Amino acid sequence: MRFIGLFGKKRDRVETSAELDLAGADEALEQALKNFKESVQAWSEAEFGRTRAAGKTVRQRSWRLAAGWALSVVLVAGSVSGGVYDQHRRGELAKAAAAAQARQQQRAAAERQAREEDQDLLAKVDSDVSKEVPSAMEPLAQLMAEDDIR
Amino acid sequence: MAAGTVTALEAVTGAAVDDLAARALETATEEFSTIVTTHRPQIFRFLLASTRDVDLAETLTQECFLKAHRNWSSFRGESSAMTWLMRIAINLQKDHWRNRRMQFWRHTRTNAVDLDEASDWLPSGERTAEQQILAKEQVSQVWRAVKGLSERQRTVFMLRYVEEQELSEIARATGLSEGTVKAHLSRAVGRVRAELGGKR
Repeated sequence: MRFIGLFGKKRDRVETSAELDLAGADEALEQALKNFKESVQAWSEAEFGRTRAAGKTVRQRSWRLAAGWALSVVLVAGSVSGGVYDQHRRGELAKAAAAAQARQQQRAAAERQAREEDQDLLAKVDSDVSKEVPSAMEPLAQLMAEDDIR
Repeated sequence: MAAGTVTALEAVTGAAVDDLAARALETATEEFSTIVTTHRPQIFRFLLASTRDVDLAETLTQECFLKAHRNWSSFRGESSAMTWLMRIAINLQKDHWRNRRMQFWRHTRTNAVDLDEASDWLPSGERTAEQQILAKEQVSQVWRAVKGLSERQRTVFMLRYVEEQELSEIARATGLSEGTVKAHLSRAVGRVRAELGGKR
């Protein structure tokens, strides 16, 4: 393989001794540059394959990590929402019980009041009835009143 | 009646345009995917050779294709896709070094492999042990010469002797004139020649 010069043109055949030295130097340069190119290519190919494989592994790890996180989040969310629901349900039951008790107390109070009102009414009626005297008994009642005065 | 016809036509045309746009997008995505598959190893190789840092080369390669994807619609095909991508990669590398110089007091550590390690890589061909040693020595000498090059000289050198690009392509990728590319190449090769000559 001939060295492709600086400007992409093939070097002409050299004749003089000075040119032969230069040609020798250029042959070494050509070989060194060829080895350098091949070395960089070999390194690049190896690293490129490695980074792609590493990327794949990272992606797989990321996927697992994401799945783990998602599962954890679901579990935590489930536990929290279960607790919250239970708390909420207990609160509702307590409220319902308190409301029922309040209603019962209210009813009992209303019944008591009604009973008292009835008793008062009956007492008043008794009193009124006892004060009223039938006309047939009026003379006797007057006598009783005179006796009292005396 | 006429208004109804126009509305119907507009609806049909709108649907056709949407369909065409969707197809164009799909085609562009497929094209870009092919570009990535074809040119990614070459861009990575250029960046690896320029930085000697595997992680950095991988990061810059990803950034290069991300930037290319964002600007894919503006690529007019005036140069080859490879030249266009190489130009992006060169600019990213330039930005990286510039930022790094700015932050030198914060980041003094580099992940670049040393020259001996970089010289260890040789293709597994039919070579004798002596040839292997000689080749390794030559690669090491070239790396040493490359280390002493300026950023621009190194870029031009890598594009010419690793990527085997034509001068016109290098000029387009770097945004330099062909004359300037020749001058940089000449100095770079002079350095390599001096390194090889000094060690013989």
